[in-house]
Amino acid sequence: MKFAGGFSIGQFIPGESFVHSLDPRCKIAAAFVLLGGLFASSSPPDFIPWILCLAACSRASRIRFSSVLRSGRPVLFLIVFTVALNLFWTPGREIFRLGFLRVTQEGLAAALSMGLRLYLLVMFAAMLMMTTSPMSFSDGLERLMSPLRRLRFPVSEMAMMMTIALRFIPTLFEETDRILKAQISRGADFESGGILKRTRAFIPVLVPLFVLVFARAENLATAMESRCYVPGAPRTRLNPLEWSRRDTAALVCSAVFVIFSLLWNRHAAAAISSFVTWPV
Amino acid sequence: MGKDPIISIRGAVYSYKGAPSPALCGADLEVLPGEWVALLGANGSGKSTLAKICNALLEPTQGDCFSLSMDCRDPACVPLIRQGAALVFQNPDDQIVASIVEEDVAFGPENLGLTSGEIRRRVDRALELTGLSEHRRRGSHSLSGGQKQRLALAGALALEPKVLILDEATSMLDPEGRAALLECLRELNASGMTLIQITHIMEDIARAGRIAVMQSGRIVWDGLPADFWRGEYLRFGFDEPGELALYRELISRKMIPEGTRPIAEDMAEALCL
Ligand SMILES: Nc1ncnc2c1ncn2[C@@H]1O[C@H](COP(=O)(O)OP(=O)(O)OP(=O)(O)O)[C@@H](O)[C@H]1O
Ligand SMILES: [Mg+2]
Repeated sequence: MKFAGGFSIGQFIPGESFVHSLDPRCKIAAAFVLLGGLFASSSPPDFIPWILCLAACSRASRIRFSSVLRSGRPVLFLIVFTVALNLFWTPGREIFRLGFLRVTQEGLAAALSMGLRLYLLVMFAAMLMMTTSPMSFSDGLERLMSPLRRLRFPVSEMAMMMTIALRFIPTLFEETDRILKAQISRGADFESGGILKRTRAFIPVLVPLFVLVFARAENLATAMESRCYVPGAPRTRLNPLEWSRRDTAALVCSAVFVIFSLLWNRHAAAAISSFVTWPV
Repeated sequence: MGKDPIISIRGAVYSYKGAPSPALCGADLEVLPGEWVALLGANGSGKSTLAKICNALLEPTQGDCFSLSMDCRDPACVPLIRQGAALVFQNPDDQIVASIVEEDVAFGPENLGLTSGEIRRRVDRALELTGLSEHRRRGSHSLSGGQKQRLALAGALALEPKVLILDEATSMLDPEGRAALLECLRELNASGMTLIQITHIMEDIARAGRIAVMQSGRIVWDGLPADFWRGEYLRFGFDEPGELALYRELISRKMIPEGTRPIAEDMAEALCL
């Protein structure tokens, strides 16, 4: 039983691709632009350009499309839940009936587009995290949020916290795995019984995990201090962020794509929708 | 004589909050520049606490502590002391800050406010010294235990300290990794770096130029390895590895000269002469 494995959405995969080499500020901004466009899409054919766009991004970052698709596993439950909710609870023209569950034409369309939208959303976020090292991600975020410094918001400290949180995600899952295995070898049972029983079985895992996290945090703080870290003090960077022309180009491309997708939604997707007659 | 001690602790007392007894009660230690000191002692004898005081992480409640001729109590000196007397801890997972090997090594120099060119130079050098150059772009969590310990060491070396304090920082290394690390330490020491190594491991102790033993918060013995091997270690309850038994036998039969280190290679060499 491997509990850890794919629990964080998109862990950084070191690489030298075009997307890897982009400035994190560019990638964060582009992600927001794309997510905005994604929210403006609603009918199933609207998502055709988005799927192609995701494939192109995966190509440009030299990350296999299958690993991009897999990175959504942690939220799969949420997506399936949303899809089911839309599928069975949308009123409209009935296609077929499964006991008391009615599947309608509108429900099918809503479920499909909701599922696609959520999944694509997660995929694009995962692409961002898979191609940006936590350090440069938080550097980028720090720079983007730096105007907040005027409001005395501790921007650098927040960014450092983020770096460390991201650094510790794999460690935490390894530890959880270790504790789980230790408990299983002592006869704990996490796989039978109802939800309540199973949840209760996890308490002996959570307690040592929390103790560990706090001990870790304290030791880490000491180690950082001994390596001359002073919260809030100015730091320099091994790889200072440099905005280049390719960043501008990438950002413009994302904006152009979003405009294209809006036009597509207006015209092409509408045409496809009227063309495809749903099975009745 | 003439050399001023690079670390000088006199009568240091330190108690942790809520602890029943003080962790240090009057520890004295003087280390000269270029020395290699092995600090020994049972669990809980205060070795780690002493190391933290040398690094200005803790401030002694009584007594004095000077690192690199700077007073650990002077807030203006604290950053200089932390840089100049770098500390490596035992558990590497608690010291690695960044997700990528080279980014983690860069953490210290970044805090010093150096230019990125200088940071890169230091990172390259530290990675090379610890044999991690080929892993520089890897995720730090994907390294093995021994590699993580070398990464922690690289992080300290990137500060380019004058004194390196290792707090049981070699416990996860395999014999080969340990030999490589000892070789690295020997080179650093030969190039003038002062080493204070807290350790339980025979090989580490044998290579030090001086041995200090701690017991319940005090330095109870401080002297040359040759004297230590002559029997002092039995007094402090260290058990005798086979190598040492052989060493004592050879010394008592005058087959090897006094002052030979109890390391297999050294003994073999002395026997062949
Ligand atoms: N954070 C802490 N809070 C309270 N007491 C502590 C703390 N750290 C250490 N101590 C206590 O201080 C004493 C000295 O601890 P220290 O860690 O310096 O020992 P040590 O010689 O390094 O031991 P070890 O060989 O186990 O690393 C011990 O009795 C320990 O219980
Ligand atoms: Mg200790």
